Amino acid sequence: MTGSEIFLESLKKENVEVLFGYPGGSVLPIFDKLYDSDLRFILTRHEQGAIHAADGYARATGKVGVCIATSGPGATNLTTGIANAYMDSIPIVAFTGQVKTFLIGNDAFQEADVTGITRPITKHNYLVKDVKDLACIIKEAFHIASTGRPGPVVIDIPVDVQIQDIEFNYPKTCDIRSYKPTIKGHPGQIKKAAKTISRAKKPIIYAGGGVIISGAFEELKILAEKINTPVTTTLLGLGGFDERNELSLGMLGMHGTVYANHAIMDSDLIIAVGARFDDRVTGKIDTFAPHAQIIHIDIDPSSISKNVKVHIPIVGDAKNILKELIDEIKKPPETSQWLAQIKEWKQKGPLRYDNNTDKIKPQYVVQKICELTKGEAIICTEVGQNQMWAAQYYTYTKPRTFVSSGGLGTMGFGFPAAMGVQAGCPDKIVFDIAGDGSIQMNSQELMTVVANKLPVKIAILNNGYLGMVRQWQELFYKKRYSQTTLVNPDFVKLAEAYGAKGIRVHKKNEVEKAIKEAIETNNAVVLDFIVEPEENVFPMVPAGEAINRMIGGMA
Amino acid sequence: MRHTISVLVENRFGVLARIAGLFSARGFNIDSLAVGETEDPTISRMTIVVDAEDERILEQIKKQLHKLIDVITVVDLTKKEFFERELILARVSVDKSNKNKIEKVINKFNVKILHKDEDSIIIEAALEQEKIKELFSTLKEFGIKQLVRTGKIAIPK
Repeated sequence: MTGSEIFLESLKKENVEVLFGYPGGSVLPIFDKLYDSDLRFILTRHEQGAIHAADGYARATGKVGVCIATSGPGATNLTTGIANAYMDSIPIVAFTGQVKTFLIGNDAFQEADVTGITRPITKHNYLVKDVKDLACIIKEAFHIASTGRPGPVVIDIPVDVQIQDIEFNYPKTCDIRSYKPTIKGHPGQIKKAAKTISRAKKPIIYAGGGVIISGAFEELKILAEKINTPVTTTLLGLGGFDERNELSLGMLGMHGTVYANHAIMDSDLIIAVGARFDDRVTGKIDTFAPHAQIIHIDIDPSSISKNVKVHIPIVGDAKNILKELIDEIKKPPETSQWLAQIKEWKQKGPLRYDNNTDKIKPQYVVQKICELTKGEAIICTEVGQNQMWAAQYYTYTKPRTFVSSGGLGTMGFGFPAAMGVQAGCPDKIVFDIAGDGSIQMNSQELMTVVANKLPVKIAILNNGYLGMVRQWQELFYKKRYSQTTLVNPDFVKLAEAYGAKGIRVHKKNEVEKAIKEAIETNNAVVLDFIVEPEENVFPMVPAGEAINRMIGGMA
Repeated sequence: MRHTISVLVENRFGVLARIAGLFSARGFNIDSLAVGETEDPTISRMTIVVDAEDERILEQIKKQLHKLIDVITVVDLTKKEFFERELILARVSVDKSNKNKIEKVINKFNVKILHKDEDSIIIEAALEQEKIKELFSTLKEFGIKQLVRTGKIAIPK
């Protein structure tokens, strides 16, 4: 079998159902084999679109996202997406073509040192120098990408390796002596945690993306209810805990709820599950939760005690550990007073905005999308105000329903991610909540969704600004709106030019009708909501402040 | 505080770059790094000396190293009893006036002379780092023209 055939057969063995990508000179042998293959291929209009699509697919389905690009510029166009997946622990295997092995290092046409460039932004990467290693490397790559703390793996395949011939032997198992992620939590630590929980007076569960990755949704609910403890989630943890549950505090951090931030700051015990105490969550680190003991459950030992000192670390898989922890807790803590205090905070400082206007408020659009999809849609976001409103005003009830670039904060992520989500979940309604800035970073993918019949709905919260930057300029730079005022294309015409549907909404009383129409349309739809231009995301913790010092907080 | 970390890695191309990249990307300083094949030719050992301000940074360095797929084990030898050596080669100035003094130094530190010419000698010494420091300060008064060091290697008791 040739390298290209091995590539395709290996993907089959890994049950890959869709490949996102873009052809080019150094992957021609592979694309030649794809021509005869029944593997679903989605041709994007930019390599960045391909990798974000693979990312969105992985987040929504829990499977490994796969993409392919050519050498040089094809590969470098993947890098933003690779870094994005790395920061958010998303399993991706990205294939890149490379110049012929004997030309490597010669500054050949479309050559770039892809393993060198991607080394700090991948979980692991490979340059395949000999076709005899190819099958084994692909097996390892899928294993590494999807186990432990997941992440992107790059496989760089020189074009001559793609045509070399060798017998195909796909390894059944994968044993890497230097890679053995810890799954089971240390029983002694779990016992210690259980005892500490029983004694707590003001405990709080702080849940991150790890809950969703490990599939610990059920266990988290059981634990929270067993120990009567409120749950706040990070941005990537949204959907990890049903927000309709009384114990839910919503998101915490820079744009989190007032009550979540007060609760964590005032707590005496933080049970962190699959979260990494990111600076957007902790605010000023030396003032963070001063009275709290910390139990930290995480599969990545390097996340523990990285930013805050942890008292009881438990390394392992969240689902596995939560199960054991639930059994180990003999006596739930007494939290009724604590919950009463939290209830008071909830009443005093709910998420709120002034909707007493004829103008369309962006928050209102998000709420309407939630209402009209009955909270059953998968919501993707771009980055900035749109992302925060999508996080705050949609009610997440299930895992893998919120797809957003958390760690890297990549504008232009949401729309291509949404097409990956739609490819993986054809029966779901998929929305990309976008800003007029972000959507223009990858709007070329409108062609991809139309051509591939992926009926993604894009809701542009069009305020004519790079809204989040403008908000910071308003609050911290004396309203000097440097380079944040946008001149935009006609988004309706843009949609139509690509063969998608475009709907512009000027009036508040047209919002509902437009969203309904989008949902009912079996095609990609661009909803251009002309919203209140200078609306801000509140509450807000100014950068470097303690997280209970919020602007736009308590009434 | 200085720590001597012994790291076993897969003997493959690119592994050194991964380790070096990790240190630079996270702003950790490497004092010295020595690499060589072990008794098992598929495995290399790196002896890395780092200056970590506090325990937390040292913990992060070890955890981050361990996170690399090609890293098999990470051991902080500083917490154990171990033997350490660093090999140095140096060209030292000599003249009639200091010849005797140099000979004394050579005897004291168990230094080998590899080469002699009119105004300099090339010496070789394999010593503990503390001793090497001492040797330097003594040799400095004669004038060190050129110095080559391997970085520390170490083995636990």
